[in-house]
Amino acid sequence: MGTVSTAAAPVFARAAQAQALPAAPSTNIDKPVGIALTINNRQRSVAIDVRTSLLDLLRERLGLTGAKKGCDHGQCGACTVLVDGRRVLSCLTLAVAAQGRSVTTIEGLANGGELHPMQQAFVDHDAFQCGYCTPGQIMSAVGCVNECHAENAADIREYMSGNLCRCAAYPNIVDAVKQARSVMKTASTQ
Amino acid sequence: MRRFSYHRAQELAEAVQMAARGIAADSHSHSKAEFLAGGTTLLDLMKLDVMQPATVIDINPLSEAGYGRIELNQHGLRLGALVRMADAADHPGVKSGYPVIAQSLAQAASQQLRNMASLGGNVLQRTRCTYFRDVSYRECNKRNPGSGCAAMSGFNRMHAVLGGSDQCIATYPGDFAQALIALEAAVEIASGSGNRTIPFANLHRKPSATPDKETNLRPGEMIAAFLVPAANWTRRSLYLKVRDRQSYEFALASAAVALDQQNGIVRAARIALGGLATVPWRALEAENFLRGKPLNEDNAERAASTAFAEARGYGHNDFKIELGKRTLSRALQQATALQI
Repeated sequence: MGTVSTAAAPVFARAAQAQALPAAPSTNIDKPVGIALTINNRQRSVAIDVRTSLLDLLRERLGLTGAKKGCDHGQCGACTVLVDGRRVLSCLTLAVAAQGRSVTTIEGLANGGELHPMQQAFVDHDAFQCGYCTPGQIMSAVGCVNECHAENAADIREYMSGNLCRCAAYPNIVDAVKQARSVMKTASTQ
Repeated sequence: MRRFSYHRAQELAEAVQMAARGIAADSHSHSKAEFLAGGTTLLDLMKLDVMQPATVIDINPLSEAGYGRIELNQHGLRLGALVRMADAADHPGVKSGYPVIAQSLAQAASQQLRNMASLGGNVLQRTRCTYFRDVSYRECNKRNPGSGCAAMSGFNRMHAVLGGSDQCIATYPGDFAQALIALEAAVEIASGSGNRTIPFANLHRKPSATPDKETNLRPGEMIAAFLVPAANWTRRSLYLKVRDRQSYEFALASAAVALDQQNGIVRAARIALGGLATVPWRALEAENFLRGKPLNEDNAERAASTAFAEARGYGHNDFKIELGKRTLSRALQQATALQI
């Protein structure tokens, strides 16, 4: 969890003191970089330390704490978000590399007061216990259905294997994804 | 994470030029320039302080410049280095014409990682050896040359039984590379001084006395594409992966197998082993053994034994020799029975 601080101001003060590395070509290594990206259909512009992960940008700078920091090494899936519609791990994405892209987090999934079919399915099937992995599970499941990798239970288990649930709510998660797949498919053909 | 300067390359020429400049600027430093594609290995190892690049060159914009394309014709398959694992795994032409490639990708990592990770980065992923990944261990000849190898007498259940040296027994962790080496693919490499193409089999280096030098890429060079020649064996091919859990896990043992057979007789076999060796491992002895023979259970087992004649266990990983033989034998028997 040591990288939480990379997005915070004190890093700059500390970095300014250290001069161990030679000057890099063409850019000042200590200077925050300004980036613009779309998050949940809203244009955002921020100045960040280039080390900031997309996850830390969302959580620490933009107050979007839905995506969770589980392992911070791409092993648990709790930080899953959609970038240009594809599910990715925000902990292994540099925020600066996501400039110009469109990011969807769990906060951007509902349509006003109406839950997304995947959110509703997780409620209907009690597809969680503690809930920590749930935002990542739901974002991953939305990606899974959109990729057409949710055609049967075996496919759902395989293509959702990147999202760990320590409470082992897996059977209910599979049921929820099945339900949401039908609702999403019906909606997309209407 | 240590500080680094970030650059975004719009074109290949710009990327390799930036790399050359980064290397020149860092000539007095231990660190160097790294290309960023999916970032799934690089960011992970930078957080662990195992990799410490002073310059990071984001090459993702090159996807638009043709390095993100899959091309298929009668001569073979060309996979751009920035094609994402998931896209190659789901490509209908790859699935039907080169199933071993699609399967090796589909059985690797998780879908989120496959959506991110590039093919070029995939073959360059670093070992999962815990002593390499944990900088609190001083002894790692790969990370800290000359310091020794903690795995030799340490916890080595996942380590290599083929291709090791007294300096290093870290397993090459990937899956896709086994498909490439079995199908005799070539790698197109770009640099500031032009392009060159080498056999994929020449990309990785066995650890020998210099386990820190993992590939034959020169400083500043970038993988641009993989070229897989069309051949009679590509369609009758498969990837069999044996692991501790059913999905989202590295191989304990895996086999990439491609067969050209007629009337039950093997005309040519192409075989590679994963999870068992320090580099993507082509099993030429097993291939030679099978040529001209029927692929029955007995010959499958004998071919598999041939592949492990030089294998050596280090204690916890002794079981992998038998597991590897059975994995290869099963893969061969499944491949010969494929309805294509």
